[in-house]
Amino acid sequence: MTIIEDNAATPAGSLGEAGSAPRGARLDPRLAVFFAIVGLALLSLTRVITGANDITSGGTVGATITLAVPIGLAALGGLWSERSGVVNIGLEGMMILGTFFGADFAYFSHSPWMGVVGGVVGGAIGGLLHAVATVTFGVDQIVSGVAIIILSTGAARYLAGVFFSGQQGGGPTQSPHVPTFASLKVPGADTFFGKIERHHWFVISDLAGLLRGITTSLTPFAILMLLLFPATWFVLWRTAFGLRLRSCGENPDEAESLGVAVYRMKYIAVIVSGALAGLAGAFLVDNAGIFREGQTGGRGFIGLAAMIFGNWRPGGLAAGASLFGYTDALQSRQGSTSVHALLLLGAILLALLAAYQVWRRHLVPAVALLVAAALVFVWYKVTHDIPLEFVPATPYIITLVVLAFAAQRLRPPAADGLPWRKGQGS
Amino acid sequence: MKDRLNRLGLNVLAAVVAAIFAVAITSIILLIRGDSPSFVISQMWDYGTQRSTELTILDGASVYYLSAVAVAIGFRMNLFNIGVDGQYRLAACLAGAFAGSVALPTGLRQAATILVAMAAGAAWAGIVALLKVFRGVSEVVSTIMLNFIATSLIAYLMRKSIFGNQHGTDTTTKAIPKSGQVGGLNLIPNSGGKVYGLILLSVAVGVAFHVIVNYTRFGFDLRAAGRSATAAQASGVNVRKMTALTLLMSGAVAGLVGMPILLGSSYSFSAATFQSGLGFTGIAIALLGRNHPIGIAFAALLWSFLDNSQTILDLNGIPKEIIQITEGVVVLSVVVAYELVRRFALAQQQRLVGRALSPTTPVAEGAPA
Repeated sequence: MTIIEDNAATPAGSLGEAGSAPRGARLDPRLAVFFAIVGLALLSLTRVITGANDITSGGTVGATITLAVPIGLAALGGLWSERSGVVNIGLEGMMILGTFFGADFAYFSHSPWMGVVGGVVGGAIGGLLHAVATVTFGVDQIVSGVAIIILSTGAARYLAGVFFSGQQGGGPTQSPHVPTFASLKVPGADTFFGKIERHHWFVISDLAGLLRGITTSLTPFAILMLLLFPATWFVLWRTAFGLRLRSCGENPDEAESLGVAVYRMKYIAVIVSGALAGLAGAFLVDNAGIFREGQTGGRGFIGLAAMIFGNWRPGGLAAGASLFGYTDALQSRQGSTSVHALLLLGAILLALLAAYQVWRRHLVPAVALLVAAALVFVWYKVTHDIPLEFVPATPYIITLVVLAFAAQRLRPPAADGLPWRKGQGS
Repeated sequence: MKDRLNRLGLNVLAAVVAAIFAVAITSIILLIRGDSPSFVISQMWDYGTQRSTELTILDGASVYYLSAVAVAIGFRMNLFNIGVDGQYRLAACLAGAFAGSVALPTGLRQAATILVAMAAGAAWAGIVALLKVFRGVSEVVSTIMLNFIATSLIAYLMRKSIFGNQHGTDTTTKAIPKSGQVGGLNLIPNSGGKVYGLILLSVAVGVAFHVIVNYTRFGFDLRAAGRSATAAQASGVNVRKMTALTLLMSGAVAGLVGMPILLGSSYSFSAATFQSGLGFTGIAIALLGRNHPIGIAFAALLWSFLDNSQTILDLNGIPKEIIQITEGVVVLSVVVAYELVRRFALAQQQRLVGRALSPTTPVAEGAPA
């Protein structure tokens, strides 16, 4: 066994910086609130101008929450894994396992809570497999992820055939109806906010729509899942365990030299990642009241996109998931006109960004942004709707555009995706 | 030479071990449910070796092969083209619309259709190349996004005002007339059917892949850049250009994936016939075949055998989905096995070098390794 000399010259500084994203990437909470208010006002303005009332309706808000949660959970799963340095493209597969196990546990125990447990179990099994392949055996992480997707698809199909065939309405492609959580409706909120909403007042009605959505569509499951976002932030950024876990994703050699059990950290991270993706699957089952083949519909991949969009930070990925959930929700709510109305919003946002660049005396990007704003505005003006077929593609197009313009400013964990072996630091 | 043979032997051994492992796992799962593994294997073997099944196996393999080669081209340069799914479907859609509506003399028409497909696949992959080369966007992410966007784009293109024609419940492109189709080959006598004529295209693509990668400067640059982009760049390879060209080539081959079906059996494009998933299968087969043209051919045949002979299981009351588990386990265990072989070979090499360079222990010339 040759001992390869460790590159002792590497400054230990990189570990210390593990948590701090580049300047500007981390948002001041006060600024975030400010942006949220401005965003709501702009959305409201767009609604008033275009008359596309569904873009802030309570129904849309409710649907957004329901659709954003699974995407956000998958993204959160990606965050755990990638912060420890393991790319997890198998999220989709772990989510599929979550849908089957979630439905199976909920159905046979007659309890939606067991469905939650099933989701965790199913996803964690997938995560464990990924950890064994990538951490212990050092297999290419993307290759292992793809293999896990293939395996999970087959496993869910086989198991569904074995467990659900013969049950009423069940078979290899779908489960019987499973018990689900009832949504916690605040009494009277629906009619009260609904009334305000129907007046279509500037900002006030939009706020009412937002509150109506929140007060009528949350289930205990959804609330629990929403709590996982701050919880993840706290664990990964405010505890010693989190620092160790993230140090494995930034510089495993140094982490090892400081006594961090890198393998164990990676195992924990990837298993948690799988469990979160599994929860996303169980959440889908809970919403639909049934397990169906192909139920995940690529949400694991969208979660991955949301995580990248959010620059590998919990707040950012939550914003990304909300955005994707929102465009998803608009689809079934006058998708063509609603997304068309968003073009105007896009033009306004681009113009505002241009103004910001002028203020910062960056004239070239300012002109470019202004031209883009003008183009989007013209697009809005000369068309009446967006072909419905393109509405589902909106999140993906947004992601590509964001990546095209911001890829250099994104900061993934430094050792993300690199296979690492114990005792072979270079 | 001996070293290469040794390496080849190890790789084959790894594949066999992975296959045995997959069969073992499958057997355990079957036994849990109370099914007999030997019964399943004999049923699948009997059914899979019938002439009519052999036919579908060859048909399927010719398609899988193209998909896997498209992926393998990228892999050779460390590029992960997950976008074969989108590239092939979009290409099939455009080529189907082209072949159904543009009247050209026989021969020319088929050739033009295939070129349209290659161009469409390459163009869709070209977006990935642009984003990667000029904006530094990882091809893994952009191809995933573009797969979904392709689905939307195809749904839009299949509108009745554009390419769509209603046929019962299915919307298809205009049917390709006889003069634009590619006839089958009578490869298996007395099977009651013919193999896709474009299986020859798969063979040609395999040969071209082998020649280009191994015997041209382009191929050398490609492999060099795949091994180490920085070293290749330092020795004068334009890595950005190579990245773009590799993605375009991969996309062009991906465009071919749907052609055997389009010109050999469906004669029109519909979203129901050309489903997503073939790209993922291609990744699995490329991994199984170690990105080697002959390895991929064996892997494609194996995959197609599994896919086509499983249908008999349902008739015997065994969920045929079990075979998908087998396939998944094969892929996962084969990549683990290859990794172990790589480590073993590396350690062996290090030992040899260490022994050769060690000043204290004299090495006898030609000592057995």
